[in-house]
Amino acid sequence: MRPGTIGPPAEAPTPPPDEDVRVPHEVLLSPRRIVWARRKRAFQRTARTYRKSTMGMIGLAILVFFILVAVFAPLIADRTTMDPTSPTTGDAYEPPSAEFWFGTDNLGRSIYTMTVFGSRISLTVGLAATLISMSIGALIGIFAGYYGGWLETGLMRVTDWFLVLPWLALAIVLASLLGRSLSIIILVIGITSWPGTARIVRAQALSVKTRPYVERSRALGASNWHLISHHILPNVGPLIFANTILTVAIAILSETTLSFLGLGDPLAVSWGTILEFAFSSGAATTGKWWWLLPPGLAIVFVVLAFTMVGFALDEILNPKLRER
Amino acid sequence: MGTRGYLAGKILQAFLTLVFVLCFNFFLFRVMPGDPAALLLRGTSAFNPENVEQVREDLGLNESLPKQFLIYMADTAQLNFGESFFLRGKPVNEVVADKIWPTVLLVGTSTIASIVLGLFIGIWGGWRRGTVADYGSLTFTLFVYAMPEFWFGILVLMAFGGGVGPFPSIFPTGGYETPGADLTGFAHAADVLNHMVMPFFVLTVAYLGEYAIIMRNSLTDVMADDFVTTARAKGVREKQVLWRHVVPNALLPTWTLTMLSLGFVFGGAITIEYVFSWPGLGWLTVQAIEAKDFALLQALFLIFSAAVIIANLIADITYMYLDPRVRAA
Repeated sequence: MRPGTIGPPAEAPTPPPDEDVRVPHEVLLSPRRIVWARRKRAFQRTARTYRKSTMGMIGLAILVFFILVAVFAPLIADRTTMDPTSPTTGDAYEPPSAEFWFGTDNLGRSIYTMTVFGSRISLTVGLAATLISMSIGALIGIFAGYYGGWLETGLMRVTDWFLVLPWLALAIVLASLLGRSLSIIILVIGITSWPGTARIVRAQALSVKTRPYVERSRALGASNWHLISHHILPNVGPLIFANTILTVAIAILSETTLSFLGLGDPLAVSWGTILEFAFSSGAATTGKWWWLLPPGLAIVFVVLAFTMVGFALDEILNPKLRER
Repeated sequence: MGTRGYLAGKILQAFLTLVFVLCFNFFLFRVMPGDPAALLLRGTSAFNPENVEQVREDLGLNESLPKQFLIYMADTAQLNFGESFFLRGKPVNEVVADKIWPTVLLVGTSTIASIVLGLFIGIWGGWRRGTVADYGSLTFTLFVYAMPEFWFGILVLMAFGGGVGPFPSIFPTGGYETPGADLTGFAHAADVLNHMVMPFFVLTVAYLGEYAIIMRNSLTDVMADDFVTTARAKGVREKQVLWRHVVPNALLPTWTLTMLSLGFVFGGAITIEYVFSWPGLGWLTVQAIEAKDFALLQALFLIFSAAVIIANLIADITYMYLDPRVRAA
């Protein structure tokens, strides 16, 4: 499971049909206003289409729920119940009860509290790692697609090389070499998951580059920087966004796997770390289902939500899929 | 540029990628902060100045960087990966050789099963696009795709290995064979099979989601093509439209992605082997992480990468036979 191996093929999307550029008369004041008015309308159009997607809306609802849980974690769970030295913890291996909704672990910590606070770590790692991955992927994709020539050949060769490196093995090697900390986990996931994005972005940049308005702008003396930042990036942006959402899902799964293998930050308890505690304490063979189900289901639903939102956005924003 | 040129190009590409991985592997362990020799021994009981100096000598770390690189390449070409520290100096290539068969057996069979099942589910759902059957299979595949495979593995282990609530304990909780039973022939095969049921089932289910989603997307793409309408217009029966016209064309892009992911299953089985104590390369990786055995990790990383590169090459070669356009070009 990694970006690029799933979903639609990235090769040569066809340009979308010319958009309706009629803009109400009163906003025809400056080019900037026209652009923003058009972008606003495009955004509203996308939002309207998105609302019709059942899959997208369900995904969004689950996502909002988990974000609220992460933000308001201290209000809905008592942090002291997951501190083994605190008197508020229970006995070891208590099954779910009114006091401990999801039961307790081997140290008497509340699994409910750990799962609630774990959402913060898992979501942070997922989002931060995606930010790194997207920045690298978008940068390489745009530069390769826009400049072409030997730069493109070189960049895409490197991308293909990274695409074949088994990401989990690479992440394991990097994490074992660099040590166990949250920022290293984020960095490792970020630098192992960008090649898929780079390829998709490059394909789109290639097609945008040849459009008449880019040529016109160049004829008027626009610099490369202007062309990239004002014409290429805004057009590639939506696709990057859809891809970002899908990458978050993969990043969260990656974090879970690394933590489960004992490479996570020992001080930041994520859902993967809880599963690692549970498995290494023999929860599976002794039937302590309450220790395994809550963090696992949380992962499944968050990953599912990001994937659903990503697919729904992809259907709308990916020019190749829009025709279907 | 004919068939032969295409083939030569692909082989050259695979070779270059392998060289890149070799260089990457070399620099990864040398560019990292700290002394590689100390790193190799860090956290092991063999960590003392004398041993560090010995390892420096063995790795040729006292030589210049280009010389070191040549030594490394020569060693790798002879499959000499140094010694495993956590297994008390046993050569890494011997350690690894013992573990390849169980992984190939488990991962090979479950991958074939998940590809066949996944493609079938994808075809079944995509052909009925927009119906309850499609939504049902899509929900199932998305759920399976979103699931961390090791979590599913733990749950299966708990239900059918340990036994919980209404579930009886049916299968052994881990391992490759019953220790000490010393079975041979058919009885031994049955014993291994019995141990393999749970990890096989988990891996198959965990990976079929990906194949099903790819197949469904590809199928719905092809279904919108004109030749499908033509086939229907000339009165071809629906079953024939699906199996003769749509599926063969939809399989082409799926094939590449499937082969690409095939290389990754080698590494992907890491957590499942760990959960079921399956004595393969995956579990060995987890043990190497715990023991901080970098010589072993380095070799495993190389094997996993080589698997992906070889799978890619096979994908490219078979694609040539599947798609006549590549041959004609």
